[in-house]
Amino acid sequence: MNGFKTAALAALAAGTFTMAKADQISVGMITTLSGGGAGLGVDVRDGFQLALDMAEADNIRLVVEDDAQRPELAVQIAERMIQSERVDILTGIIWSNLAMAVVPSAVAQDILYLSPNAGPSALAGANCHPNYFNVAWQNDMLHEGAGAYANELGYENAFIMAPNYPAGTDALNGFKRYFEGELAGELFTQVGQTDYAAEIAQIRASGADSIFIFLPGGMGISFMRQYEQSGLDLPIVSAAFTFSQDILPAVGSAALGVFNASQWSPDLDNDANAAFVSAFREAYGRIPSLYASQGFDTANLILSAAAKADVSDRDAFRAALREADFASVRGDFAWAANQHPIQKVYIREVVEVDGEITNRIVGVAFEEHRDVHGENCPM
Amino acid sequence: MTLALMLEQLLNGVQFGLMLFLMSAGLTLVFGVMGLINLAHGSLYMIGAFLCAAVAAATGNFWLGLIAGIAAAAAAGALIEIVVIRRLYARDHLDQVLATFALILILSEGVRMIFGPFPLYLNVPDVLRGTVRLGVVDYSLYRLALIGFGLAVALGLWALITKTRLGIRIRAGESDREMIAALGVNIRALYTIVFALGAALAGLAGALVGAIQSVQVGMGEPVLILAFVVIVIGGIGSIKGAMVGALLVGVIDTMGRFLLPRVFATFLDASQAMGVGAALASMLIYLLMALVLIFRPKGLFPAHG
Amino acid sequence: MDSTLKEWLLNAVMVVALLLVPLWAWLANEPFIITLATRIAILALAGVGLNIALGLGGMVSFGHALYLGIGGYVAGIAAHHAFHGTTVLGLPGTNQMLPIWAIAMILSGAIAGVVGALSLRTSGIFFIMITLAFAQMGFFFALSWPAYGGEDGLPIFVRNQFPGLNTLRPWEFFLISYGVLLVALGLFALLRAARFGAALMAIRQNPDRVAALGITPFGVKLVAFVLSGMITGLAGALMADLTRFVSPAMMAWTMSGELIVIIILGGVGRLFGPVAGAAILVGFEVFFGGLTEHWKLWLGLVLLGVVLFARGGIIGLIAGRAHHG
Repeated sequence: MNGFKTAALAALAAGTFTMAKADQISVGMITTLSGGGAGLGVDVRDGFQLALDMAEADNIRLVVEDDAQRPELAVQIAERMIQSERVDILTGIIWSNLAMAVVPSAVAQDILYLSPNAGPSALAGANCHPNYFNVAWQNDMLHEGAGAYANELGYENAFIMAPNYPAGTDALNGFKRYFEGELAGELFTQVGQTDYAAEIAQIRASGADSIFIFLPGGMGISFMRQYEQSGLDLPIVSAAFTFSQDILPAVGSAALGVFNASQWSPDLDNDANAAFVSAFREAYGRIPSLYASQGFDTANLILSAAAKADVSDRDAFRAALREADFASVRGDFAWAANQHPIQKVYIREVVEVDGEITNRIVGVAFEEHRDVHGENCPM
Repeated sequence: MTLALMLEQLLNGVQFGLMLFLMSAGLTLVFGVMGLINLAHGSLYMIGAFLCAAVAAATGNFWLGLIAGIAAAAAAGALIEIVVIRRLYARDHLDQVLATFALILILSEGVRMIFGPFPLYLNVPDVLRGTVRLGVVDYSLYRLALIGFGLAVALGLWALITKTRLGIRIRAGESDREMIAALGVNIRALYTIVFALGAALAGLAGALVGAIQSVQVGMGEPVLILAFVVIVIGGIGSIKGAMVGALLVGVIDTMGRFLLPRVFATFLDASQAMGVGAALASMLIYLLMALVLIFRPKGLFPAHG
Repeated sequence: MDSTLKEWLLNAVMVVALLLVPLWAWLANEPFIITLATRIAILALAGVGLNIALGLGGMVSFGHALYLGIGGYVAGIAAHHAFHGTTVLGLPGTNQMLPIWAIAMILSGAIAGVVGALSLRTSGIFFIMITLAFAQMGFFFALSWPAYGGEDGLPIFVRNQFPGLNTLRPWEFFLISYGVLLVALGLFALLRAARFGAALMAIRQNPDRVAALGITPFGVKLVAFVLSGMITGLAGALMADLTRFVSPAMMAWTMSGELIVIIILGGVGRLFGPVAGAAILVGFEVFFGGLTEHWKLWLGLVLLGVVLFARGGIIGLIAGRAHHG
């Protein structure tokens, strides 16, 4: 128990230290830095840090901690950040289930939460909150883009597939909400599944003319590798998660030609994005992913609000956040009433540029898209 | 649902089963000879895949990568055996579970520190790309090659154990440890060799499967659990049991995922059937394992009484 | 000093410290320290449950996360229906801890009964694996069962209530958890000293001799397994209220591993082993987690060190290893 006491004293000391400088904003970042999903958390963190570095901001104190993709650990870290680090703002969570565990109680304690990635429908709808801002997207949004673009491509008989968990159900529903063709088949796979031979055989037998998948992270890598070897050659549409820059190098040429919906792309033509992509490459030696762009935007949103209001005045700071007076790397940025973005959803194609596999914009799915769950939000 | 689709799924199940066999063979060998439960077996699988990917990327040659993966896993296995595992043979299963659980944490973080948090690229070798026509279906050549690899390793293991001096010692070690020590066999070296052999099999499986899956930290754990299911069903310590168990698990898992949603669709509406079917399919092999243990508490092929 | 006396003293220090540290934190307005102490108490409670099966009965259950999850889901589902004013199986939800605890214990006990009755037909590594298999079934069921959130889990918006106390205040919720832990520790001590405990430990050492005395080892072990599951289930209900969230992650096999880790770190079969083990694990997570993202590597090294070189766990290291079980 001795270690515990010493540690407790250390935590107390840290707490007092934090309070020393009142005009500082303390930001707690809870994100996934270990295990199979670490790539996403690392990108959000690096993008966020890059924005601070580029702005030479000295008024932000950033505390980062690894949630190991475990909800109960994320809750515990959030409590520590709120109660002993006395953070004003929390951010960083990658996964919907972790966000659902942390966000409702954090915002109820008057902490601001800015989501750089997860956008579960509950937080966009009935459980929306003035302290909760989603800087990325509501979960369904990009899948809806994929559905809309599938019509434009003339697909009439799609086979759709996602893991059997709520984000997977949301993905299939999002796609179906906009897709006007027939469904050749609909499949749930297991979360974390690594072998897709059985699914590929069913797709082959279904007579589909196209495939929609939502298989984030390692699941997408496995599926695409096996799909490439299967001899099947149907076109694939998807959302950016399955074809994001963090996994594209691992998927390799198997991903070439896939269409995926995204609010951002490394080749998006605006000044903020050009500066971001080149600075990111210089700092970290890789092409930034969607997640890095969202981390970058989140930090810049905070900086823009900090220039206008003191974070201890929550009302003023929230108002400053709502102005969204920052140069988003995705171009124009505006809030819907539920404090989720209204944004343009692009269609990207996976291409090879100078020996690197990356995404390139080839079309637009929606000019101004907002999520459907906002209508259940009382704000 | 055509007969061709059924046959293709059956083939998929067999291929999946043979990959599981590569994982399970090492696990069951180590248990049979040394009486050790090794949870870190999945980490050796991961090491095989990572080294194969790294070397294949550096040299542009998958086969060099494969050799590197097997060698690295065997070397890591031998090292782990000498430093840690050796102290656990006389301990109870609880200590073994704990110590090898600790090894998972160490090896996973270690691999991440070396290779970084992003998945690695490893592709199928050129000669095994594409498909071949098998009667009525086009089947992935690489998957067919995996079936070949699995069968070849099974045959090799059988020959090793029945025809070689090492095999005789392994069999003797399984039935009576004190006796072979008394006969002057260097039991320490034998144990290190057996452990490294098991590790090499895991590394081989990791490298082969890595070409069509995601090479990432934590890739070993789901396979580890499946491999345990396999050897428990087959009877721990029995190579034959591992083969039967692996094929059972491979085929039942594949067919379950394929057929259950269709079965439920006959009396539920489509999306409900899909959800219930998928949920039940994911529980199926654990159900199988529980059933086998209830009726045959030592598995289907209990090793030596 | 006599090692039994030393262990007794160490236990007393732990009981007092686990109360005094949060008390000080309460006075110093450091609510996070209280939260940590609460987490330690609840994890220790889960460990006490497992310690009955594993420490006294020698049954290495690699699936106790199942009962933790069942307890958690009972609390989550009850609170969910109370919050929305809906019913489950014709019954209304509730936000009262006492009935939730009762249901959590009954349900996890019942399931432990089924799992135990089937699993106790096997032994050794087969027992380890069949308990794991049942927990995996529960895990995948929770994962793909959409009604209560599936993988996304189920939030508890308002912590469940306890008569006479405000559970939203960290200090008062800590006192509840601490009280439950003390009761469970008392029960464990009574059990160990009673004829039942003696029979259980004797079965672990020599089942045939016990059978010759006219006691059926199966029955004794099954009762112990059910009790064990009930206490871990109760800890699950408290855990859900602490994090105000339940998810299938509570039933993951790594969680079963962690429960075993807690017992081993502290010392198998020792009355206060789970308390010491939980304190070490939580301390590790919090302080190394803040220092380095590679904290799991260090946890692994410490765990390996304990298993290889300190077989009596931390208590054994300090108090000596004379007294075991």
